[in-house]
Amino acid sequence: MNIIVCTKQVMDPEAPPARFMVDTATNKLILPTDIPPVIDPYSEYALEAALKLRDKYAGTITAISLGNNLLREVIKKPLSMGADELVLLEDELFADGDSWLTAKILAIAITKIDAYDIILCGRQSADRDAGQVGSGIAEILKLPVITVARKIDIAGGKVLVERVTDDGYETIETTLPTVITVSNEIGEPRYPTIRGIMAAKKKEPTIWKSTDLGIEPSELGVGGFRSHLVKLLKPVYEGKCEIIEGETPEEAASNLAGRLRQEKLL
Amino acid sequence: MTEYKGVMVLVESTEGKLANITRELLGCARKLANQLGEELSAAVLGNQVAALAQEVIAYGVDKVSLADNPILEHYSNESYTNIMEVILNQVMPKVLLIGQTAIGRDLAPSLAFRLGTSAITDCIELSINVESGQLLQTKPVYGGNLMATFVSECCPQIATVRPKAYSPMEPNNSKQGKIINIDIKPETAPARTKVVSKVSQSKEGVRLEDAAVVIGGGRGIGSAEGFKQLEELASLLGGAIGATRPPCDNGWIQDAAQIGLTGKIIAPDFYMAIAISGSSQHISGCSGAKNIIAINKDTEANIFNVARFGIIGDWKKVIPTFTEKIRQLLTE
Repeated sequence: MNIIVCTKQVMDPEAPPARFMVDTATNKLILPTDIPPVIDPYSEYALEAALKLRDKYAGTITAISLGNNLLREVIKKPLSMGADELVLLEDELFADGDSWLTAKILAIAITKIDAYDIILCGRQSADRDAGQVGSGIAEILKLPVITVARKIDIAGGKVLVERVTDDGYETIETTLPTVITVSNEIGEPRYPTIRGIMAAKKKEPTIWKSTDLGIEPSELGVGGFRSHLVKLLKPVYEGKCEIIEGETPEEAASNLAGRLRQEKLL
Repeated sequence: MTEYKGVMVLVESTEGKLANITRELLGCARKLANQLGEELSAAVLGNQVAALAQEVIAYGVDKVSLADNPILEHYSNESYTNIMEVILNQVMPKVLLIGQTAIGRDLAPSLAFRLGTSAITDCIELSINVESGQLLQTKPVYGGNLMATFVSECCPQIATVRPKAYSPMEPNNSKQGKIINIDIKPETAPARTKVVSKVSQSKEGVRLEDAAVVIGGGRGIGSAEGFKQLEELASLLGGAIGATRPPCDNGWIQDAAQIGLTGKIIAPDFYMAIAISGSSQHISGCSGAKNIIAINKDTEANIFNVARFGIIGDWKKVIPTFTEKIRQLLTE
């Protein structure tokens, strides 16, 4: 079985909220120089799903990443976690794409890879939080898509996917090839092993630029977008918390109950 | 963009009744339609949903596209994308609003790519630039750390709207509108996917997303037993129980209890955040609460930036006394 996993390099979403600063002139995030980027945690769940499938049914995992200025020590993490191959779509023209263009370039690259049974993506990315690229790839390649998966199984050539719903989950049966987007309910991504890290060091990724994919520069950048970001802001919360004191935590608790009653909140 | 006119809402229902999210969307869509000076339309998909089509007219909908067929009984990405493509090509609305629900977050991107337009998901604020007819779509990005406003280049401009971002509209039975029946072709049916079973994990009692009182626990709760204590407080106040992601991932509480960007969006009157540091991910899902009360050991915890009242201390010492005191106050 051939599995393709789309992974992404993003600013560390666990960085303190105050470190997410905006350059108001360009409406772009100011990337802090002291906080290294990471593989998007959502795409790590997709990779974990791929590894679970390979553990059970064997096969090959190809991780594919799209972007510009991809740091090798970051972007190779899927290899150290156990992916077999890494394809980097790296071109300065690939920077800051919208969902439309991102899905389009990935779909072209996946078509070039050719051998695939399952394409996995994170349920969304930790930067734009859009949750569209997986569905976009499916629509472009005319494949079925199942989003926000918590479990994936294969039986008799059919794929069984548990999809998270508003009050639980539903099991959907589909055929191969298919696109599945993965949620955190799939389980914690495994840590890279020493062997994996050594193998990743030696492994050279395949690198494709726009010309390798036959995409014209006019189709890339702003000209290839279907949506535009016009404003990026940092939300401001009014930090006006009344701290309820007490000699002991118990006394504070009692005072809080009284204060809430006074405010008619209880 | 000029051949596209009006605003459309995709209608969702829960147990045969108009879903809250749909009433919220209709309120928002009516304002946008008025700004444009154009019609408000709705799409109703399902099995035996004619009454629903009639119901939305009371919410000021001028035209309803009704796709009523047994193959639409359950949501499927394939059949809904197929039928919405037909409806949108017929009605050609400038704007399509869908709820950011299990259905909306699945359908909107597929539909946008099918039609060659864009979708902006999880919007919390929408307005129209009247000159250009463009929809300004604002949504949290970077895990809720930043807010971004997007515009679309193509029509229909599809936006999914977060639950509770807008107040629900009240019906007015004197309103009139037209229902257009959509012809369902056999190829609309899902060909490649099939829903084989559904599992509901929601607990008896108040639904988390509708509760007026929510008690939430974070990683610091430490165990399933810890959540039992919070449940006691929640039931005392007639509220629901929620959590951040780590307790769900650790199995201390069911996954459906997760509050945040990728979980439930809540906007209760009273939200008590216990042992929750307040990641942007979580705050994004609870900042609509009218009163946030935070209990945390860490003075620097981000949750105190959004809370109205707080105690800096160990929840294990605070909550038993607090619960007892509340019990007393409620029986007085």
